[in-house]
Amino acid sequence: MSWITARRRHPAAGYAILLLGLLLVAAVYASVVGGGTAASAAPPTAPDQTQINSGRTVFLQSCATCHGFAAQGQTGIAPSLIGVGAAAVDFQVSTGRMPLRQNEAEAPRKPPQLTPTQTRAVAAYIASLGGGPAIPSAAEVNTSGANIGLGQKLFVTNCAQCHNFVGAGGALTYGKYAPPLTKSTPTQIYEAMLTGPEAMPVFNDSTITPDQKRAIVAYVTKTRVQTNPGGFSLGRIGPVTEGLVAFLGLLLFMVLAALWITAKHGKTSHE
Amino acid sequence: MSDTSAHGQPGESARGDDLMADLAAAGEHETGQPAAPQTRHRVVGTPPPAESRTMLADKADDRPAPRELPADPDDPVAAKRAERVVAACFILAMLAGLGFIAAYVIFQVHTVEKTFYSNLALGTTMGVAFLAMGAGATIWVRRLMPNVEVSEERHPLASTPEDRAAFAETFEEGAEASQFVKRPLVRRTLIAATVPVAIAPIVLLRDLGPLPRQSLDHTVWKKGTRVVVYGTNRPLTPADFDTPGSSLSVIPEGYADNDTALAKAATTLIKFRPGQLQAPTVMNWTVEGIVAYSKICTHLGCPAALYEQTTHHILCPCHQSTFDATRGAQVLFGPATRPLPQLPLTTNAQGFLVAQSDYHEAVGPSFWERS
Repeated sequence: MSWITARRRHPAAGYAILLLGLLLVAAVYASVVGGGTAASAAPPTAPDQTQINSGRTVFLQSCATCHGFAAQGQTGIAPSLIGVGAAAVDFQVSTGRMPLRQNEAEAPRKPPQLTPTQTRAVAAYIASLGGGPAIPSAAEVNTSGANIGLGQKLFVTNCAQCHNFVGAGGALTYGKYAPPLTKSTPTQIYEAMLTGPEAMPVFNDSTITPDQKRAIVAYVTKTRVQTNPGGFSLGRIGPVTEGLVAFLGLLLFMVLAALWITAKHGKTSHE
Repeated sequence: MSDTSAHGQPGESARGDDLMADLAAAGEHETGQPAAPQTRHRVVGTPPPAESRTMLADKADDRPAPRELPADPDDPVAAKRAERVVAACFILAMLAGLGFIAAYVIFQVHTVEKTFYSNLALGTTMGVAFLAMGAGATIWVRRLMPNVEVSEERHPLASTPEDRAAFAETFEEGAEASQFVKRPLVRRTLIAATVPVAIAPIVLLRDLGPLPRQSLDHTVWKKGTRVVVYGTNRPLTPADFDTPGSSLSVIPEGYADNDTALAKAATTLIKFRPGQLQAPTVMNWTVEGIVAYSKICTHLGCPAALYEQTTHHILCPCHQSTFDATRGAQVLFGPATRPLPQLPLTTNAQGFLVAQSDYHEAVGPSFWERS
């Protein structure tokens, strides 16, 4: 230890301590985050009877009021959930849309009301009632290596008319709207295509294959990290806001210039 | 019109000069000591003394009394400061103008990128030059010039009766002297020469064409053309497209890169549950609840492809035309006046979705020759 104490007043000692501290923090952070990745990358556990039972319990508490005790739905209130599949449940519950806060034109995205475990359990229960698309695996929504160009072509042709070219969302009729895709996880985007929530059409795997869905997800997530020319996104809804900003800005400038040119000044000398 | 000044018509044209003379002489009037004309030196760019120009000097007594205009602002220090600001603006404008010339010489244009920099430099320097000149002039007017309201007298614009009579006489004389009336051969050949020159621009209107004629009546869909997914070119069987509530943009096979063809041939496929489709949808043109409508809005040709699977409405994003997909895409709302045309569908021997024929009516918006 004596060589350390001998050098503790060395000019570089402070930097060395700082470096050590940063490395320590980085190591701790990496272990925490790495652990998280490992956990989420684990394949969804195969549904067993215990999970289905616990899912049924959660369903009876949180969903059955509207969807009925056998998930058969109630006319005019809620659709039947038999055959909608685990993917539909996972999408609706993980985005917070279900359980519904109130009856309105469009169920808004909100913080999820059920835990991920509860969500998976309910999904397993609904899947056990009969068929429907399953929750996509982590590999299916992994966007690395996906064909972003193809994803853009498919998105622009089939999705952009409602969701906007970069997924900023848009209005529909009677209070309905196509939500922005800025907060959707890859899994949620994939599930939405698979199940067609609310007014959205379905894009099943035989028309848009899983690989092509992955490309679409890659395109949507890629647009989020693209820089905005000029520094402001302006809602990313294209020429409407951009034109408005340019128009109002120039108008303001011209009004101010006109005021300055014609303003009264000094003492008027009529006398 | 030059007669007016030559004949020395009294008053009107000289009055404007009087005002300038007033402004120029205002300083002297205010001090009460009219300076002798010969002691004032001409400043470059200013009008000469009023006396040397007016031809009515002997009638000077008839003129209205000159108005009193303050020549100098109240605060000489502020005026001096304003003068410097104005001068600075003009110098900036001069430098920017020189910069424009320099930019023209320095930035050559042979590539897109170089043109970009050239345009940027030229536009910036020219903009700064004009802006600085305008700002300088405005500051000059606001800070230095006298702030008085001037009312200008108007007078009739018509010439005097004598002038008009003289003009008519001159015209008659000219017509007589030119022998335009006497020599009809010259007159008529001149008129004949001008006619084709006058109507020549009309033939240029042909460049607005050609007329669309039959080209908008048909698309590239024909009997047996397979329906493929736009983007992946994947042909579809009814079993592939079997989830009710599905909607997909499709194109005729083989035209993925032909934008001119796709501008008319783009089509939307929608899958329905049994019993959802109703008249006037042509049932013989559907396959297992799959119906195909033109994607081109009948209003102005936007891609009408917002499909709500809950209401079965097809919306056009441009002007909110709404079509009922279960009832032959009839118009429910909006400016469109015709339903979206339905593409006759069937399956071929291999089980793929194909067109029975082209659309039976012209797709897209109205046009003059539309039958």
